Amino acid sequence: MNLNATLFAQLVVFLILAWFTMKFVWPPIMKALDERASKIADGLAAADKARTDLSHAEKKASDELRKARESAAEFRSGAERQVAQLIEDARAEGARIVNAAREAAEAEAGVASQRAKEALREHVAALAVAGAERILRKEINAQAHAALLTQLKSEL
Amino acid sequence: MAAEHAPNASEYIVHHLTHLNSLGHKQAALVDWSVFHLDTLFWSVSLGLLMILVLARAAAKATSGVPGRFQAAVEILVEGVESQAKSIVHGDRTFIAPLALTVFVWIFFMNAMDLLPVDLLPRLWQGAYSVTGHDPAHAYQRVVPTADLNATLGMSLGVLLLCLYYSVKIKGLGGWMHELFTAPFGSHPVLYPINFAMQMIEYVSKTVSHGMRLFGNMYAGELIFMLIGLMGAAWAGTASSGLLWVGGVFAGVVWAIFHILIITLQAFIFMMLTLVYIGQAHETH
Repeated sequence: MNLNATLFAQLVVFLILAWFTMKFVWPPIMKALDERASKIADGLAAADKARTDLSHAEKKASDELRKARESAAEFRSGAERQVAQLIEDARAEGARIVNAAREAAEAEAGVASQRAKEALREHVAALAVAGAERILRKEINAQAHAALLTQLKSEL
Repeated sequence: MAAEHAPNASEYIVHHLTHLNSLGHKQAALVDWSVFHLDTLFWSVSLGLLMILVLARAAAKATSGVPGRFQAAVEILVEGVESQAKSIVHGDRTFIAPLALTVFVWIFFMNAMDLLPVDLLPRLWQGAYSVTGHDPAHAYQRVVPTADLNATLGMSLGVLLLCLYYSVKIKGLGGWMHELFTAPFGSHPVLYPINFAMQMIEYVSKTVSHGMRLFGNMYAGELIFMLIGLMGAAWAGTASSGLLWVGGVFAGVVWAIFHILIITLQAFIFMMLTLVYIGQAHETH
């Protein structure tokens, strides 16, 4: 245990080593540490942003889905209404056609019965004239009494 | 050593405690500024270079991406030192924090030399010495630089110089002088010499205890390894010497494992005290 000049040599070596560490060791390591810290902070911020973005997107998607569903329902009910309308129209049209046909048939039947009546009337008038001719062969002149006969015919 | 004359216990210890110095024999005077301990210088500079190699490699490979295991280990160390420095020293730490890292790693490396078998390197040195035709009995070699008072006091003296430098830098020469004469007891002409004496005692005791603490721990640890080595060397074929040998193995294992704690703790304590003393230089009273 002796003191000697080793002491000062050690002192100088000590300060040189510390200087070297300050100059060449400490700064790059601290720089790497700080950079990594900021990278991690950025990454966390990005993750947060992504999370809020995702929730926004989810909300938007569900909104769109709901809207689509609503419009589809609307479309369907419109179509149903339209179909009902069509059926209603067709039914009414059918009924109208049937009525028209019936009316036409009735009118036709009326005309026919009228004609038949006319014909019958003519026939009866002819028969009456013929009967009357036979009875009144002498007294009655068909031409002279035409007006009379026509009147008679219309009264039948 | 061997054939012609095996050393007795006291010779063994003395031989192990003698430095390889620039004289070639044991330094006679307690203090002799013309002498160098070559072994202390060689091992401390070599371990300092090894430390620089390791740290510079870590610094060169440092990336902000995913760190490897080596980088992560160095980063844990650096961040630990940085947080200690930050909590103790309030001010510019561009030199102080790297200084603390240097102190810790370098002292840890030097202390760790204690964990090598106590006879390994001295024995190799003796072999080299006798091969070159010298007397192996004079082949001295101590491999733990921190078990040399010169090394530890050299470092604590460095810390003292830094304390003085930062005192002047932070407080100004006038401010520091004012503090030297007015702290700790107060500003009164009668108290000036007492304050100054207290301050001087404080500086001296801080520095001496700083260096002595590390030296004492490592010196005592080395000495115990030597005693354990003596237990192992007691083997002579008898039952009692066999027991001593077994005891030597057992004690060696226990002491080496305990020493892992001591070398780390002493390096840490030296670093913390360095920070505390320099931190004190930053604080105005």
